[in-house]
Amino acid sequence: MEGFLPPFWCVFWFAVSLPFVAYGCYRLDRLVREERETLPLLAVAGAFVFVLSSLKLPSVVTGSSSHPTGTGLSAILFGPFLTSVIGLIVLLFQALLLAHGGLSTLGANVFSMGIAGPFVAYGIYRCGKAIRLNTFVTIFVAAAMADLVTYLVTSLQLALAFPAQSGGIVGAFVGFALIFAVTQVPLAIVEGVIIALTFKYIIQSRPDILVRLDVLSQEQVTKIREAFK
Amino acid sequence: MRRYTLEIITVIVILVFTGLFINENAQIAASTQTGNTPWGGTDDRAAQAIQATGYEPWMNPVWQPPGSEIATLLFCLQASIGSLVIGYFFGYYRGKQSRD
Repeated sequence: MEGFLPPFWCVFWFAVSLPFVAYGCYRLDRLVREERETLPLLAVAGAFVFVLSSLKLPSVVTGSSSHPTGTGLSAILFGPFLTSVIGLIVLLFQALLLAHGGLSTLGANVFSMGIAGPFVAYGIYRCGKAIRLNTFVTIFVAAAMADLVTYLVTSLQLALAFPAQSGGIVGAFVGFALIFAVTQVPLAIVEGVIIALTFKYIIQSRPDILVRLDVLSQEQVTKIREAFK
Repeated sequence: MRRYTLEIITVIVILVFTGLFINENAQIAASTQTGNTPWGGTDDRAAQAIQATGYEPWMNPVWQPPGSEIATLLFCLQASIGSLVIGYFFGYYRGKQSRD
């Protein structure tokens, strides 16, 4: 979508994304220096975005194809700010080597995939944890929504730049959401299930890091590991 | 929750997804409609919708993979690098765990 967003909106979304990414870099720096045991997990979370966003999956609802985002895992583990840095790296890779996304639209894409989606996922996960919802159900919903919200925000970004002649921004939003978000629904479900399963393996191999990152309490870890015996 | 509940759910979801795809694909193949490319990318469709309003993109990609085969190769490389990292660290954790 290189060049498809008018210059004003390109600059606008760069400006909006910048503080998030800057704070994310600061958090990343602190994590690298102070919590070195968590770094392999950060690599896994980043690699997850790498893999899932490279897959173009067919969606049965609309007969077209789209990419999952994979950002839910990293948002739940490391929070939305660090995820925005991961999103930036992946999007830069795709814009430079694959002519996918684009440099002019990078700010807008970082906002939708690296900031908006992960923020919603993080929010859902924290709420689910607070009201003691089943951990895996919470992760499924959070990861699926990270995917879906990314494309809803993309639709909104395009609608703001290209309001419909009849119906204005709302009309244009519905039009773009029909292209993007509806396609995304089945992909989001698959993504949510896969991330929930991956989470099980993380709990089984390094629960101590999850407790340290305050993703799960020790009590939750004990309960979940008991359940899978 | 039983030991393999999540694995079973994942397999079922993927099977349903695949089944729906095969079904939908057969319907697309049966219909004679020639408008959109079957399973075309949503980004291309949005681009078409925008260009239909008369808007022309003001910038072109700095580099484009020469041909769809090369693009597929690069996407595969991206996925395999990611998978390598995931596999390596899960193996590392698991190996460490069994030694302790």
